[in-house]
Amino acid sequence: MNFNQQEPNALPTDEFELIELLRAGDETAFMLLVEKYHRTMVRLAVSYVRDIRIAEEVVQDVWVGVLRGVHRFEGRSSLKTWIFRILTNCAKSRGKHEGNYRLFADYGNFVKADNMPDDDEYATTLAQYFDPSEGEWLDHWLDFPQQWPSLPEEQAIWQEIQACVRQRIDQLPPNQRAVITLRDLEGWTAHEVCTTLEISQENQRILLHRARSKVRLALEQYFNPVPQASLKEEESSP
Amino acid sequence: MTTPTSHPHDEFTCKEFVALVTQYLEKTLTPLQQATFEAHLTDCEGCATYLEQMRQTVQILGRLDESSVPAEGKDRLLQAFRKWKYE
Repeated sequence: MNFNQQEPNALPTDEFELIELLRAGDETAFMLLVEKYHRTMVRLAVSYVRDIRIAEEVVQDVWVGVLRGVHRFEGRSSLKTWIFRILTNCAKSRGKHEGNYRLFADYGNFVKADNMPDDDEYATTLAQYFDPSEGEWLDHWLDFPQQWPSLPEEQAIWQEIQACVRQRIDQLPPNQRAVITLRDLEGWTAHEVCTTLEISQENQRILLHRARSKVRLALEQYFNPVPQASLKEEESSP
Repeated sequence: MTTPTSHPHDEFTCKEFVALVTQYLEKTLTPLQQATFEAHLTDCEGCATYLEQMRQTVQILGRLDESSVPAEGKDRLLQAFRKWKYE
């Protein structure tokens, strides 16, 4: 475990250099790369397969595939894109093998937002604010959202907020979880997410919108808890 | 089924605002949509709060501390790496 003694984040910024190090069998470079991408890869893999254990296995296999394939890598895409492309291919075929391939394949042919399946849970988040009985032309706030306190410096409260957000992310449908993880936790661009997940820009945005809206609602319920009676969101995902 | 009442003054509604908030943050609205969105924003306290909260949400998401790779997984990868290197 000698890589632990190295400086963290000491991956070379130059990708050619990094690829050369990997080809030369540089253990430190490899483990730093693992450190950088592994958890995101597991999160993404779990969107395609049955559970976290299988996702971990898939990612282990992907890393071996990366090592075996790095000699053939031609640099036509970034290393990250290449690694994640291997990942989605492996995870998909593993999911298919298990009869569990249910996620992005379902969206592959959709180009129009209208074709996105409905998301009842998202509709429920909106129903908190807009009375459906008023008719669609009178869509104004029932009550204005209350402002949140400024973000706390206190570590204990910050831990609570994080737990609340993480829990909500874990309950999202897998495709929304994948998109919000890559975009907001990992800071990927929309283009990178679309390429990796093979979804249209529009579908990427819809998934992001739904995911963020639900996380926002979870935060609202954390910051401004409302009486249980007025909480309509009882249905949780299966 | 009841017919919706006619739309007063072609008004851009709060519900539309909420539906477009991610497109606004992603800067993918058309110039006309953006102008309408921003005009509504200056007039509506509720929507201004909502937009601010979506920004705070994104900010919080970006600050989550992530656990690192579990030691066991790391060891297995290290073994796989050494096997690859010397095979």
